[in-house]
Amino acid sequence: MKEAIHILVIDDEQVILDSIVKLCSLEDWQVDTAIDAESGLEKLSNKTYQLIISDIMMPGMDGFELLEHLQEKEIFVPVIITTGFSTVENAVKALYTGAVDFLPKPFTVEELLSSVSRALQYSHIRHQQEQAELSNDTETLLYIPCPAKYRRLGYGGWAFLEDDGSVKIGVTDLFLRTINSIINIELFSVDHEIVQGNSCFQIETDDELTHSLLAPLSGRILRVNEKIHDDMTLIEKDPYFNGWLYTIVPANLEFELKYLIPCSSENL
Amino acid sequence: MLKKISFKIIFSATIATIVIISTFAFFNVRFLERTLVSEIKRHAAQQSETIKSSVRSAMLANNRDDIGEIIKAIGKQKCIQGVRILNKEGEINYSSDPSKIGEMLDKKAEACYTCHATGVPLEKLDMKDRTRIFRIHPDSARTFGVINPIYNEPSCWTSDCHIHPEEQKVLGVLDLTVCLKTMDNELNSARIDMVVFALIAIILLGVLLWFVVRLWVDKPVKKLVRATKEVASGNLSYTIGHLNDDELGALARSFDNMTRKTAEARQQLFQSDKMASLGRLAAGVAHEINNPLTGILTYSSFLLKRAKNQPELKNDLEVIVHETKRSREIVKGLLDFARQSVPKKNKANIRHVIERAATVVEHQLNISKVKLETELAPNLPQVLIDANQMQQVFTNLIVNASHAMCENGGSIRISTKLISLKPYGNAQVKQALCPKGHNLMDQDVKINGMPSIKLRAKSGNNEGFINLDPVYGKNRHKYGILIDDKAEVELSCPKCQTSLIDPKKRCPQCGAPIYFIEIPGKGRIEGCVTKGGEWQHWKIREEEGAKEYIEIKTADTGCGIPPENLSKIFEPFFTTKGQKGTGLGLSVIWGIIDNHGGTIHVESEVNIGTIFTIHLPVDDTKNE
Repeated sequence: MKEAIHILVIDDEQVILDSIVKLCSLEDWQVDTAIDAESGLEKLSNKTYQLIISDIMMPGMDGFELLEHLQEKEIFVPVIITTGFSTVENAVKALYTGAVDFLPKPFTVEELLSSVSRALQYSHIRHQQEQAELSNDTETLLYIPCPAKYRRLGYGGWAFLEDDGSVKIGVTDLFLRTINSIINIELFSVDHEIVQGNSCFQIETDDELTHSLLAPLSGRILRVNEKIHDDMTLIEKDPYFNGWLYTIVPANLEFELKYLIPCSSENL
Repeated sequence: MLKKISFKIIFSATIATIVIISTFAFFNVRFLERTLVSEIKRHAAQQSETIKSSVRSAMLANNRDDIGEIIKAIGKQKCIQGVRILNKEGEINYSSDPSKIGEMLDKKAEACYTCHATGVPLEKLDMKDRTRIFRIHPDSARTFGVINPIYNEPSCWTSDCHIHPEEQKVLGVLDLTVCLKTMDNELNSARIDMVVFALIAIILLGVLLWFVVRLWVDKPVKKLVRATKEVASGNLSYTIGHLNDDELGALARSFDNMTRKTAEARQQLFQSDKMASLGRLAAGVAHEINNPLTGILTYSSFLLKRAKNQPELKNDLEVIVHETKRSREIVKGLLDFARQSVPKKNKANIRHVIERAATVVEHQLNISKVKLETELAPNLPQVLIDANQMQQVFTNLIVNASHAMCENGGSIRISTKLISLKPYGNAQVKQALCPKGHNLMDQDVKINGMPSIKLRAKSGNNEGFINLDPVYGKNRHKYGILIDDKAEVELSCPKCQTSLIDPKKRCPQCGAPIYFIEIPGKGRIEGCVTKGGEWQHWKIREEEGAKEYIEIKTADTGCGIPPENLSKIFEPFFTTKGQKGTGLGLSVIWGIIDNHGGTIHVESEVNIGTIFTIHLPVDDTKNE
């Protein structure tokens, strides 16, 4: 029997709290709610949570401040940021500040469940990693980190700046480890403009969930990796090289690069 | 009244006139008097000699009756007041007034005084001493008198009558008095003439000055004062219009320019404020609506999940979920509007885009009785465009055209065709650098809606800026300084002053020096430096040759755009719809077309219609 999963939801709108409680009851997750960040932190100090779902705009401390506060206090609980003010800037900023995912309101049951399931899995991997570090076990490789010269948006999508000015885009191994086996993928076609922080790639998994990868950079798609259409497992087998998704012509590289985290950084 | 400019000018002019004319009159009358007096002196002296000579023979013959008759006859002449001959003792021997004969004159009498002022009487007198001007009574007219001494001569003492002893020097005096009344009258009338002349001059000058000041100073000043009052009272876009070509006219033009500039600035401020608050509103609405939408979407999708086995319920819930998702997209669109949305270009058929745009506005056109005709070429190549943005372009153009219709509707005609354009006269420069890499593009000065190329220019002593037409070969440059036609201009970078003249080359048409501008990645453009010189050459683009474009024309039969507005219609916030329009429509259209590497331009004739022509490049991979 799996141990009970506890989720803390912080939002100043009661209807959001109620609806998330309702949806999570489908999966037997234990949900506590807080009407603002301060009372949320109070609950956090009394109980261990596997996941926090927090709004951005709240009276008092806002979502970004909550993220910074958690980092300062070294409380490693994954946070999904959700907001009604769902702009690209907010999404990118949330991921850069340390959120595991960005869930724009309004969301459907499926969107919430897939996001939460990824975040929980992420939390689980982090937990295992800590255990391994404690027991000085360097043998077990939980996931392959992205190569040092790559940059990532949150922990999901990576980008690699080619010499010719184009950018290669793909999905990290860690992201793939947080989802179940892939049964179908959906890619955009050449010439499509992808936007940083917006969905650029959809994966259906065998647990009936659909996961969206947020594009690490904006730009026009120059090439699509046709090989992964034929062999979907290529993404899982070699996510950083043969399993790339797109080559794009970046639209606003200089501005967007500052929201990407270099893969050489230890910080997840 | 006393403080008015017109009064001050007229007052000072009057004073000046009075002084000038008085001085002139004084010297003029004095000169006239001197001339007349000297003339009378001469004349009187002459006459006195004549009388002396005419009585000489009678005197020698001691014919006293003849002498008396001659004197009487002469004394009758009009301007001669009196003629008399006195002997040495002062007795009047002969006189034109017979009653005076025999009277004795005192030596103090005015006629005698000159010679007898001293103890010993004078025997010789100068001409000027022999004359005198006096008044008989203080009220009477002035009189001019001349005395002529009668000297002793041999025949006087050798004559038979022996009346005069030989030792006597002066025998008597001939005294002639002439009335000066005529001369005085003439002088007086000359003085009166002068005064009249001065008065007329002052009045004429005053009237002229009053009229001139009123026309050239008072009226413009009144208009200027009124304009400042209008502005002060809140009518900020008040204009004076044309006044004169003088300094006040320049002031009025500068005033109009100021109000126009402030009006534009205000309009821009107002619009950007409007857009900013619209953005805040959209963001606020999006945030507020997204929360309740989350409630609806989560609960309905939750119910949908649970109602898998109840098909009736499931279908209804699917509608709710679907519609809520649609609302989500609308709100997202609102947020995208508040921000600047990124174009999403795909290969598309322009024909379909135009047809979709036409369908959207069909209803609106029917209501306003506007007919929409399309003539779309069937086999146009696909172009890489953001179909949504392009649709927005055509929707806006059609709606604008329908708004421009005069009464009773009209028609709009959209046609497309494939054309091939040479770079000369068509290619637009979007980036330009000086040899040191300074950006030369000027976003503030637009030529036909396009940012121009700003250069420092020097012609003779004139120094300033020139804005070059960004369209290669069009030469619609804007000159910021006065340059004579065909004059050569020194051009340099406005930032680092590096010369843009190529010393090695000469214009192949006129031999003048040439300038050059670096186009990043596209070589350089060269051109003739003379004003009016048409020669321009862009080697790389010329080598690329003609390119294919899709030409889309939107022609309406509306009321047209006045020429003075034509150059401004693509500028942001320019609107003729007052506060009703945002003024963003055509500038947004321009921006979209520009983002697609295309161009848009407009031709219009008032009361006939307007044609917008869009050129979209077919081969988009090479668009600059």
